[in-house]
Amino acid sequence: MSELCFEARRLEYAYGGGPAVVRDVSLSAGQGSMTAVIGANGSGKSTLIRMLAGLLRPRSGTIELDGVAFDKWDARLRARRVAYVPQATATAFPFQALEIVLSGRAPHAERFRLESGRDVEIAMEALESVGAAHLARRAFIGLSGGERQMVVLARALAQEPRLLLLDEPSSSLDLKHRTDLIRTLLRLRRKNGVSAIMITHDLQLTGAFDQILALRCGEIAALGKPEAVLTEELLGEIYGDPKVRSQRVGEQTLVWVEL
Amino acid sequence: MTDTGRRLAAALGILTMVLLASMVVGLLTGSQHIELGRVLSDSMSRTLFFRLRLPRVLMGLAIGASLAVTGAALQALFRNPLADPYTLGVSGGGALGASAAIALGWSARVLGVPLVFAASFAGAMLAVGSVRAIARRGAVVLPGALLLSGVVVNLIAGACVLTIQYLTDPESALRILRWLIGSLDVVGLAPVGRMAMVLAPAWVALLALSRQLNLLAIDEDTAATLGVDVRRCERIVHTLCALVVGVAVSAGGAIGFVGLIVPHAVRAIFGEDLRILLPGSLLGGAAFLILADALARVALPASELPVGAVTGLMGGPLFLWLLHRQQRFSMI
Repeated sequence: MSELCFEARRLEYAYGGGPAVVRDVSLSAGQGSMTAVIGANGSGKSTLIRMLAGLLRPRSGTIELDGVAFDKWDARLRARRVAYVPQATATAFPFQALEIVLSGRAPHAERFRLESGRDVEIAMEALESVGAAHLARRAFIGLSGGERQMVVLARALAQEPRLLLLDEPSSSLDLKHRTDLIRTLLRLRRKNGVSAIMITHDLQLTGAFDQILALRCGEIAALGKPEAVLTEELLGEIYGDPKVRSQRVGEQTLVWVEL
Repeated sequence: MTDTGRRLAAALGILTMVLLASMVVGLLTGSQHIELGRVLSDSMSRTLFFRLRLPRVLMGLAIGASLAVTGAALQALFRNPLADPYTLGVSGGGALGASAAIALGWSARVLGVPLVFAASFAGAMLAVGSVRAIARRGAVVLPGALLLSGVVVNLIAGACVLTIQYLTDPESALRILRWLIGSLDVVGLAPVGRMAMVLAPAWVALLALSRQLNLLAIDEDTAATLGVDVRRCERIVHTLCALVVGVAVSAGGAIGFVGLIVPHAVRAIFGEDLRILLPGSLLGGAAFLILADALARVALPASELPVGAVTGLMGGPLFLWLLHRQQRFSMI
């Protein structure tokens, strides 16, 4: 499989005729790179990642995947390269969790064919790798928010993408599953060179990433290595609170806010 | 074979048997008793069988299959278990178009297509378009807004039909009324053949979209990032559904709730996968309407019930029950 080259330049987006909610944001992802996107609520993070996933068309700016404009790609071929995990998925019908995961095989399936036994194996492996194999036969609709998030992540893994776009996947996960999520991303990078761009409010998790992109009011407030971005000065500016504290502990940075 | 494959094979096998059995029941049911052994020898029996009984069963097959498969497709497209040609106002729009055509005395054909078909399709398309335009103001279709706009489109179409009936001559008004009640009564095989020429390709086209519809039924964003061109798929499914419902309604009148009852029954037995649900609903809908029509013919001793009354009496309560269940999940 060829190396990933994902490049977004000077993206801008506005809903309807309103003011721009993302302005002049450029971002690239190479083979095996891991980028965390942080910022206060309403700073444009989700809008940005939805543009990167091809769900929103930027008002201006370009997105290229492997040197080809994003919207010039055949949608199914693109889906074999880039997978997207939304903030929350709610289905109106009681699909089984395994059926949700199998949908990730759709971009790989031949036209007018059901998925093969191999596809089912890949889907089960994906469920196992996120520790959710026991949910396979359960109705997705009846799962807890965290369990659904694991199943949707497994769906994205079954897609066998080169780049994962994750919109706050950790928000409804417990401490162990948050850590497991990061371990899964690190393992995928090590084994298959999979890259990730992940939105998170969980600053503790961002220490494992290569770079952090911090958004403030739709613009880039900082872009750099975790230890360079997770400083009291920058974080205070990003979140608009002078009482943000951060401290390096070994390899990680602890961040909290004084009451 | 995978689980999905097994379920698909079971659904196709079982529902084909059910359809064949229902056709036998439909052919044998009626005010006149027909002995199958004498169909070829006795001219009276032959006429009854080939001019009335068989066309009526085939009419039930075509219309039942059409309403059920469009119900399943619309439910997936709008991610709403309560969507169906009737509740979304598509049937109402088709009825308005057909009523207008009847009142204007349009019995003519253009290029072999009866104008009633064309007018009904236009009405159905108009209803789909307006329901969608109202419901889709923004990125997502709100389930509640969708059904409310469907109800209102039905009310408007109903008011227009009443106005047409009031303004037109009594004979046309009576024809509209009889037609609105819904009936599968048909003489000869030719009208059924004409319908099949439009419906069969549209069914095949809908079935060909079952993979995309399956992804859309899960979640719209998910479908889009899995390679489905959502807008294009929506446009095609809307047009196909309006076409199929328009033709079905112009031929059989407004027969309600088939698109609700059948897909939910198929779901309950064979699962959610649209690649099973669409062909399953096609077969199941055909069988269901043939049986409902057979029931309508023998329910009263002296006359027959309109088939629309039978499906309405079964489907209305089911709709309320589904709504009740939905409320518990608070998704409306």
